[in-house]
Amino acid sequence: MTAAAWGPLWLTLELAAITTLLLMLIATPLAWWLANTQSSAKSAAQAIVALPIVLPPTVMGFYLLILLGPAGGIGRWWVEITGEALTFSFLGLVIASCVYSLPFAVQPLQAAFESLGRREIEAARTLGATRLDAFFSVAAPMSRHGFVNAIVLSFAHTLGEFGVVLMVGGNIPGETRVISIAIYDQVESLDYAAAHATSALLLVIAFVMLLAMYVLNRRLAK
Amino acid sequence: MTTRPDTLSLSYALDHGQFRLELDAELPMRGITGVFGESGAGKTSLLRCVAGLERPATGRLAVAGEIWEDTASGTCLPVHQRQVGYVFQEPRLFPHISVRRNLDYGRRRADGESVDFDHVVGLLGIGGLLERMPGALSGGEAQRVAIARALLRAPKLLLMDEPLASLDERRKQALLPYFDRLHAELDIPVLYVSHSLDEVCRLCDTLVVLDGGSIRATGPIETVLTDIDNPAVDAGMSILHGTVTAYDRHYDLSTVELSAGRIRVSGSYGINTRLRLLIRSADVSVCREQPSQTSILNILPVRIDAIVEGEASTAQLRLAVGPDYLIAAITRRSCAELKLGVGERIYAQIKSVAVRGAAFPPDLSMCGDTNTK
Repeated sequence: MTAAAWGPLWLTLELAAITTLLLMLIATPLAWWLANTQSSAKSAAQAIVALPIVLPPTVMGFYLLILLGPAGGIGRWWVEITGEALTFSFLGLVIASCVYSLPFAVQPLQAAFESLGRREIEAARTLGATRLDAFFSVAAPMSRHGFVNAIVLSFAHTLGEFGVVLMVGGNIPGETRVISIAIYDQVESLDYAAAHATSALLLVIAFVMLLAMYVLNRRLAK
Repeated sequence: MTTRPDTLSLSYALDHGQFRLELDAELPMRGITGVFGESGAGKTSLLRCVAGLERPATGRLAVAGEIWEDTASGTCLPVHQRQVGYVFQEPRLFPHISVRRNLDYGRRRADGESVDFDHVVGLLGIGGLLERMPGALSGGEAQRVAIARALLRAPKLLLMDEPLASLDERRKQALLPYFDRLHAELDIPVLYVSHSLDEVCRLCDTLVVLDGGSIRATGPIETVLTDIDNPAVDAGMSILHGTVTAYDRHYDLSTVELSAGRIRVSGSYGINTRLRLLIRSADVSVCREQPSQTSILNILPVRIDAIVEGEASTAQLRLAVGPDYLIAAITRRSCAELKLGVGERIYAQIKSVAVRGAAFPPDLSMCGDTNTK
């Protein structure tokens, strides 16, 4: 494998790691709310969260491009503050990835929180724990498998994203050229050897991560 | 609303569509107060309101002089600031941490006061379980750990919601002596929810009878049980208290001195032990003359305090034994033939007495019914 292949790999891992971290911060309260709310807005919120699963990445990418572009709501605001564009930048990719992988973080967490129920939380509250304390000391550790699933799935899903990146980020080496784009380029330029190596690497990484998730889940279930 | 230090004063109105809770009570902040009623009577909702797990539409709650909730003034202590120990129907232990860390959970969060860890662990006999995970405990063990966890929170008030309901009969019988022990040794007031008359009669000092979300009767348990005029209370049971004064080894009989009269029960309990005697109304018959040549051991001179005739063939007599009361269930026909009238002095024959002692450890025979035919 050539040195040129490592750049996109590191960039991809960096993107996936940052996205996963941000998603845990965003998805945890969102999933908790979805699992516990009686609000009539719940169904609508769930549908919105699930959208990235059904929409073609090009559609997601197109809307994100509009929104993040210098003429779009978020993009213009960002340009006003920083003077830089969000599109075709690493930060733009992070935002797009968060949106794109959101259901993969929210859904496992929501399922874990729902199966948890209120029983142990109520016990913790009567033992003197605040809501936040009860969440961190009881609900979160009891939902470990949900967190493992959410982390692995959002990381792996971000790793494999292509369409959205292409739309929002383009193909800038060191900035937005992630591994899936690199493979696309290699195939386009008929460099099959490089494409083989990069693809195999991605395949192995994805397999190892999923394997780790299932092994860990079995351990946690015991 | 009183805010006296010896009173639990509560008043709630709650509307859940099908179910309404509307009650007002002043309860003593000592001993065990039984909240008795059929399922759906509102017992659990009442406990949840006291713990703050459920919010009443309107309500006031004062615990030993402290106002915990007053919807009129917008006062409402959040759950974690109400110093209650809540024992649920199921143990609800935290499965991811050891028994010891479960016990520490409330203890670490209790502000100021602390309860002697070893004492509570010893009281509930869970010293050998501390390093186990909750998943490795039996139902009875887990419930004992849950009770210890609630006690170690140093609660002002212990709330117990049918803590025996999830256990089978054998485990229930094995756990009951621990409750006797808590009752005897700890000075924490308890609200004990149950639909089992047997449990209530055994454990409680005060009784609240709930039905359809409102209180039908309340007071010292002896008084409530013998209130035969109140159709909501049909316990068919009365309670007498006495002290063991003698033991006859030859016949294995103990003499229990009541405030007026004495009763003999089988078994040995130790001189000066206070015993609670449960007497089923159906096991009490009456005679005009003092019976002689009868196999029934316990015959008490009594005065008829009240007669309530039932709809079918039955009649209930409330019999005064000194300051205490005993209920006899007889037929209306016997009542007419004996020409019984209020105020008359007759004799009560008691066929069977169940003994519930406060001492511990009991040999478990003590928890069984003792026939003294």
